[in-house]
Parts: sequence; C-alpha cells; structure tokens
Amino acid sequence: MHMADALLAPAVAATMYAASAVTVGASVKTLRKDENMAKLPTMAVTSALVFAGQMINYTIPGTGSSGHLCGGMMLSALLGPQAGFLSMVVILTIQALFFADGGLLALGANCWNMAFYGCFVGYYLLWRPIMGSKLFARLGAKAAGRSRILLASILGCVITLQLGAFSVAVETSVSGITELPLGAFVGIMQPIHLAIGLVEGLITSAVLVFVYEARPELLMDVDTSVSAVRSRYSLKTTMIILAVVVAVVGGGLSLAASSNPDGLEWSMFGNAEAGYSENMGLDEERYGISSGAAEVAGSIQEKTAFLPDYAFANSDSPAGTSVSGLVGSGIVAGAAFLVCMAGGFFRRKKVAAKA
Amino acid sequence: MDKLSQAQRELREMDALAAQDSPVHRLHPVCKLLVTVCYIATVVSFSKYDFTGLVVMVLYPVLMFQAAGIPVGTCFYKLRFVLPLVCAVGLANPLLDRTPMLRLGLVTITGGMISMVTLMLKGVFSLMASFLLIAATPMDSLCAALRKLHVPQVLTTLLLLTYRYIGVMLEEVTVMTEAYRLRAPGQKGIHISAWGSFLGQLLLRSMDRAQELYDSMLLRGFRGEFFYAHVPPFGGSGAVFCGVWAAAFLAARLVPIASVLGSFFMG
Repeated sequence: MHMADALLAPAVAATMYAASAVTVGASVKTLRKDENMAKLPTMAVTSALVFAGQMINYTIPGTGSSGHLCGGMMLSALLGPQAGFLSMVVILTIQALFFADGGLLALGANCWNMAFYGCFVGYYLLWRPIMGSKLFARLGAKAAGRSRILLASILGCVITLQLGAFSVAVETSVSGITELPLGAFVGIMQPIHLAIGLVEGLITSAVLVFVYEARPELLMDVDTSVSAVRSRYSLKTTMIILAVVVAVVGGGLSLAASSNPDGLEWSMFGNAEAGYSENMGLDEERYGISSGAAEVAGSIQEKTAFLPDYAFANSDSPAGTSVSGLVGSGIVAGAAFLVCMAGGFFRRKKVAAKA
Repeated sequence: MDKLSQAQRELREMDALAAQDSPVHRLHPVCKLLVTVCYIATVVSFSKYDFTGLVVMVLYPVLMFQAAGIPVGTCFYKLRFVLPLVCAVGLANPLLDRTPMLRLGLVTITGGMISMVTLMLKGVFSLMASFLLIAATPMDSLCAALRKLHVPQVLTTLLLLTYRYIGVMLEEVTVMTEAYRLRAPGQKGIHISAWGSFLGQLLLRSMDRAQELYDSMLLRGFRGEFFYAHVPPFGGSGAVFCGVWAAAFLAARLVPIASVLGSFFMG
C-alpha cells in the first residue's frame, strides 16, 4: 500500500504532509507531557522489530500462500497510539529512504494511510473499547482476554486497511493520475485489502496473544489483575472459533460486495461516453501546455517539420508532445547517457590510479 | 530467508555509499534535502501528457550521480517496490484514454499511452533523486538536517535509534528463520502453530533489551538529546547549489526545452 511519488500531485502530497505533521506534533506533545523519554529505546527497538517482523512469511494453512504482520495495530497495542504513530512514521521514513518503498514526497500520505488509521482509529475506536469491554466474559478471565485481543486485532486490521486502501484510491484520483474512475479503483482496492486485512489480523493477534500469555503488562489496556483462572477453551480452540466466525463474516461481506457488481465493468463500458479525462484531468492551461512559448515552439515546428506526414492529430493536442519534442527528448536522453559513460570512465580511471 | 538477507545487504550497501567522499557527499545535508524535495515536487507537477517536458528532468539525477561517483545503475533494482503500484495505476490509461495525440506514420499514439509512460518516468525519476540523497548523506547528517528544519527532537532521536536497531533485528530474525527452516524442511514459511511464539519470543527479549539499552544510555549521560554529526553552517556554496538547481527546475518546468532543442536541430 506504499504510494510512490509519481502517484500524487504536489498539492495533494502537501495536504497529506500537513495532516501527518499535525498528528506528529500532537503525538510528540502528548509524549513530552508524560515525560516519557524512557519509552524512546522501547519504541526504537519495537519498531525495528516490527520492521524486521514484517519480512517474515507466515504460511496460511490450506492455501500455500503467505501473509505478513500488521505494524500499526501491533505498535499501538504495545506502545499506545501516540508512540505507535511516531514509531510507524519512523518505519515508513526508513522504508522510503533506504528501500525506496514509498516515496519521499508521498511520505505524508503514506503516514496518514498506514500509521494514522492503524494507530489512532485502530486504538481509540477498536482496541481500547474492546479490551475494556465485558465481551466473552463467560469464557473465563484468561480466555476472555485472548478472545478480545483476537477480535480487536482482526477488526482493527480489517477496518484500518480498508480506510487506508480507500484513502490511496481517493488521493490518486484527486491527483488526476489515473484514467480509472474512483468507483472502479475503489472496487479493486477494497476487496484485495479485505483479504489482506483478515490474514494480517490473525497473524498480529497470534503475536499479541502470545505476549498476553507471557507478559500481559506489556500490552495497553489489559487488566493485569486477572488471576490465572484455568480457561474453558485453549488458545487453539479460541483461534479456530474466531477464524471461522471471521471467515463467515468476511465471506458474507465480500459476497455482498460482489453482488452489487462490477464497478470496473460498469465504469469501463457503461460510462464510456462520459469522457474520463474530463473528470480526472488536470487543468491543462494551468500546467503550461498551451503557454506562449509552447505555441512559438509549435509554430516553428510546423514551419520546419522535415517529415510532413508527421502531424498533430488534432489542433488542441498539447504542443509538448510534438515530433520536435520527441527529437529533443532523444537528444536529452543521449546527453544523459553520455554523461553516465563519461562518469563511468573517470571512475574506472580513478580506481586504476589508486591500484 | 531471502527477503531478510536482501534487506540487510541493501542497508550495508547504502551505508557504504554514504561513507564515500565526493563533492556531493561534502555538500550541506540541508541543501541536499531541500533540492531533492524541490526536484521531486517539480517532477510530479508536470502534466500527465507532458512527456517531452519531463524527459529534460533526467539531467539532474544523472549529473549528480556522476558528481557523487555513484553508477546510475545501482538504484534500479529498488524499482521493484516503486513500479508495481505505479504500473497497476498506469496500465489502465491506454485502455481508457484513446484520444489520439500524434501520428507517426501508421502508428497513432494516444493520450493514454503518453500518460502511462509519463507516470512511469515520474516514478523512476523521483526514485533516482531520493536514492541519490540517501546514498550521498549518512543517516546522522540527515537527522542533523531534519533537526535544523525543526523536526521534533523525539522524532529524529527515534529515527536514529531505530535505524541503528533495524540492523540488529534483521540479523536476529534472519538467524531465527534460518534455524526454523532447518528444523522444518520443505515448509514455505512459519507454520500456524508457531505464528505467535516465533515473533513473540523475540519481542519479549527485545523489550528487556530496550530497558538495558535505556539504562546504559542514562549511564552515559543521556538527557533526551543526541549530539549529531558536526554540521557546518549553510555557507555560500550551499546557497549557490540550492539557487542554481531551483532555477534550473523552474526553467525546465516553464520552458519546453526539449521541443525548442528539437526544432533547433530539425529546422
């Protein structure tokens, strides 16, 4: 779900940066107020762990494919939403800088799509209410705790991923990058991320339940006063029961989604004459396509074209994409290539001189 | 596991590149950061049909890569993260936008084709620029630059610490997965029975380690602030560097250089 720079218009990227920056500011303020600098190494080690943990492949039984851990939900369950958010921001920054996973300009949007929803929405709307509730109380204290963790993680991952995927679609469409209408884009993104969310939720809950069994005090909002009552269901049974419930619910949801069908088909065939480029397109005049300089260049090109067959298909075609433009681009590309070759030559010479 | 050792290798390589010495490496980190952001913003601001305008932008990364003494090819394997989503978004364009733009003999080039290629170029160019930034700037200088730009102390300290610990954690997880794989031959990943305990064990150990780390930081006089690499003042060369490139980006954005160049050679 990491967005690349190319998928965002500068204005959208700046807006998302502003939104994420405000959240960072608020989180830093909260942490400072709590004088919680002792948390810093824990945050660093945990986020490094989550970063590495996201590269582990977990086999999904019966499918032959594998899933991964959901970072935002896990970090906010361990560190709280503010510290979790900052940790996610740091992880996303390192991913963007060192692994080119997500762009530098898109970092604000990525923080919002993955860290904000995962940490704040996931924590305040799901984790805390569910962990504080009396749900599953019949099962005995320990099993109730486990079941709540499972429910909160799965719901948290599914919902926050849906929100994130929806934001990706909206941000890309608002940026005018794709010809795909928003409805179709959302229709593709949401079901894919529903499946991913379910799997990520199960994996994340497995890790959190393990922590809960071993050191419950490490988790946020967990009642640690629970005496070790022997529970009626083992972890395995609880997991199976909840997995079945989730599969049924998830299956129902995706059926409902697909019985309201074919955003893609509808938008590709049923709406063809509406002209998508008009809906999504950038304002061409503002972006300088029909600037004076371009017109001059166009008129020069018209006069001097050496192959009369190569012409603009219609009059309002952007002058930027002219034959002379292509020739000029070729020259630029050639120059770039030469620069590379020359650089390589000098580097080899330097290495030879050193040796 | 492959992905893990690959990540470790990438981190080591980037560190090695950043530790080199060149005119670009010696530039003020704030300059490099500002120019990189400026460059990427300019690149993505080109209109989706302005292919020829965009092509000129290749010159900045190419020139800077050479000045930094880094072969351009080194960054291309990182495209595997950038291209899938960009392609997924861009591939629909030729199907949906069939407005003819240009005829080259029998071939008609549609708006969708141009916008797809432009989108991909934008992805590649912005990747090249951010790769260059990190390949020519060590992490502590970058954090010092962020600090100068008033990014909160907590965030920069966290960034440095996490960066330091990512190497440690990657190594630990690599060893664990390797051990697991040797004991469970023929399995593709971690079996469901070990989903929780596998990472959970490491998590518990790491939490204790974080406490020890904090204790040792306190013993060495940590008061919530790290002292970063020495960063000299911005200086004249930095201002010139920023100014020249900003002007060049603006010029490339406003003047269709490729078209002018092309018509000069054709006319």
